[in-house]
Amino acid sequence: MAVSSVRGTLKRSSLSTALIITRRELRDSLRDWRIIIPILILTLIFPFLMDFTATVARNFVLRYGGANAIIAERLNPFLLLIVGFFPISFSLVIALETFVGEKERNSLEPLLSMPVSDGELYLGKMLAALLLPLSASYLGITIYLGGLYTTLKWLPQSALLGQVLLLTTVEALVMVSGAVVVSSQTTSVRAANLLASFIIIPMALLIQVESVLLFWGEYRVIWWIIVGLIVVALLLVRMGVRTFNREEILAKEMDDLRLKTIWRDFWGYFVRPPGLATQRNNTASTRFNLLRIYTRDIPALIRAEWLPLTIVLVVLTGASIVGGYYATRYPLPMGSIQLDSLPSDAFENLPSVGILPNFSTAGIFLNNTRAITLAALLGVFSFGALALILLMIPLALVGFFTIEVSLLGYNPWLFVAAFLLPHGIIELPAAIIGTAFALRIGAALVSPPAGLDVGQGFLLVLANFCKIFLFLVVPLLFIAAFIEANLTPQIVLALYGAR
Amino acid sequence: MIETVGLTKKFGDFTAVDRVDLSVREGEVLALLGPNGAGKTTTVRMLASILKPTAGWARIAGYDTVEDAKMVRHMVGLLTEFPGLYLRMRGMDYLNFFGQLQGLSRPERAQRSEHLLKRFELWDARDRRTGEYSKGMRQKLALVRAMLHDPQVLFLDEPTSAMDPHSAKLVRDAILELRRDQRTVILCTHNLNEAEMLSDRIAIIRRGRIVALGTAAELKARLLGEPVLELRLAQPLDGLLEGVQELVQVEDHGDTWLRYRTAEPERVNPRLLRQLAERGTPVVTLSEVPRSLEDVYLRIVNE
Repeated sequence: MAVSSVRGTLKRSSLSTALIITRRELRDSLRDWRIIIPILILTLIFPFLMDFTATVARNFVLRYGGANAIIAERLNPFLLLIVGFFPISFSLVIALETFVGEKERNSLEPLLSMPVSDGELYLGKMLAALLLPLSASYLGITIYLGGLYTTLKWLPQSALLGQVLLLTTVEALVMVSGAVVVSSQTTSVRAANLLASFIIIPMALLIQVESVLLFWGEYRVIWWIIVGLIVVALLLVRMGVRTFNREEILAKEMDDLRLKTIWRDFWGYFVRPPGLATQRNNTASTRFNLLRIYTRDIPALIRAEWLPLTIVLVVLTGASIVGGYYATRYPLPMGSIQLDSLPSDAFENLPSVGILPNFSTAGIFLNNTRAITLAALLGVFSFGALALILLMIPLALVGFFTIEVSLLGYNPWLFVAAFLLPHGIIELPAAIIGTAFALRIGAALVSPPAGLDVGQGFLLVLANFCKIFLFLVVPLLFIAAFIEANLTPQIVLALYGAR
Repeated sequence: MIETVGLTKKFGDFTAVDRVDLSVREGEVLALLGPNGAGKTTTVRMLASILKPTAGWARIAGYDTVEDAKMVRHMVGLLTEFPGLYLRMRGMDYLNFFGQLQGLSRPERAQRSEHLLKRFELWDARDRRTGEYSKGMRQKLALVRAMLHDPQVLFLDEPTSAMDPHSAKLVRDAILELRRDQRTVILCTHNLNEAEMLSDRIAIIRRGRIVALGTAAELKARLLGEPVLELRLAQPLDGLLEGVQELVQVEDHGDTWLRYRTAEPERVNPRLLRQLAERGTPVVTLSEVPRSLEDVYLRIVNE
């Protein structure tokens, strides 16, 4: 082997290696009439149909008076979005079969044996799936706009055009990055196609939302959607890069759900101490020991998850500050909160507020445990983001009311000490720990624990959450609920009650 | 050139390769034999830095297959069990693509491709799409791909399985030439004659473990016992058998022939022939009964 070639390859940048793969795949796609003909139709014929539709719709609407012109005008950006979206839907088809299709055709192993890193392979494949449909989409948009200008003399404002182009690009990126994740984690093209509904359904809903926003002319909201999509795309790309590995692709032969195996693995992770959780053959560690859980497992788990704990703490502090900030912007009218002479039955009337089922230990406890469970569930579908948001809301309210009472002339420290501290000193740490472990569940999809694939990593963090939840969070929440229902009202009435 | 210590690969609870210790020197051809699912492909995938070992380690020319994966992939050429070509690509374009990934310059790619395509009689088909190739042609093109960057080590999985006798001979000749050029080859095959013909040593793998390793002769001696010799005479054995049995242990005999087993043919055979000559018994042939590698293989895999 020529030494020069070895040096040359080691020096070559990741992008140039990825582009070798991209070029080959693009050529392959360009040779496939099943891809080219539909893309050509969507690029060259579909925009003209949309132009025709826009003209007909405009003329129809204007027959009912010039005041309706806005409807016709709002139709143009909507059709612009549609013209851009249809060609990029092909990126999903290409991306879905990018790894698993090659595996089925046995052409993947020679590629995996090349001196190419996982990241280069991933990038090359992703670009290949992205470039052709995206170029077709831009071309379609250009043709559509050319047609509109010719027939109606209409051109979008540059900001609107930028939004649509960005939306199209980011949507393609989200679909491709999601599809590549699916493709690298499934064992057959059929399985990948079936799983594609997890990409198609949210995208279809998103397009509907975008359409409504374009009709309403809510262009500011579209910027937020673009930002959100960029975050999702980045998370999906990171998830793909982290979870993509040669082992998984080559070794996996079946991807059906085996509940018995899943339960066995979950239970193993749950009962074994954290350091030995993945040692399946270590039967000695599977004995369930409550003392060990409290003295070793829980402290070890909390130490290990310092990062999500820190993130939760920082975000919650931020939420409180934001709550406080909004209190300064929207101060309540003087006298709207009367803390001077709370009636002795102030807490007995609380159930009528409807926030809690009833102001009792059981009611508060059920509400709080439900919230943490919901946070874990929502965390799974949102990479952990919704778990955080769920806890941010009460903390923002705490910040809001603390500053409000301060603006109304009360001592904020006394307010916190009376209303929050007695039970909060237990409830808050429990909620923070619970949310941090819920956040870890969502993050496991993007960043599985070292040495584990996505599935096993998910089971491990789920088992850790369950362990922490059952043995730490639930008891703490119960104690906090008892204090909140019985002790906090006494303290509040002692400090603020009518004398 | 290739060294493994305790090389192990587990998929969940299943152990595909179990503590494999192997050392293959430069210029050696090692045949890796074993039933389907024995762990041959997984072993090769680990050696080619495609899979990471669960335990143990492997080095190719001193490079660790995990730590120096990229370097190892430069050093090796892999012919997979299925050629798995890109069927829309032309033969030359296909080689060009893999040559680029291996870091070969344009002239190097052109020169090596031409040399190898001509050698494997694919030059005339270089501008045809690989989808139009026959199975044997596809297999040959895959082999050309594996050899394109002139690797130090080649892993060949069933290199002649889909080929006609002429193409298979081309490939076998190429493997022998690789050996002469001091290239190291690991040959996974179910064709035992081919393994015996081409390899310096043979490793038999069963349930992930190497259960036999040595030259064909060593394995035969170890597993099938001492060589069996067959003596054919020009006349019936009448009266001879007792005399012969004083020298050797006769295993079987017919009217004019007998078979015996001996660990010391160089000592026993001259004495036997001398005895026969003294008696005036005409000898037609005295030869070793050929024992096939298949016998060795079946004995091991059926254990």
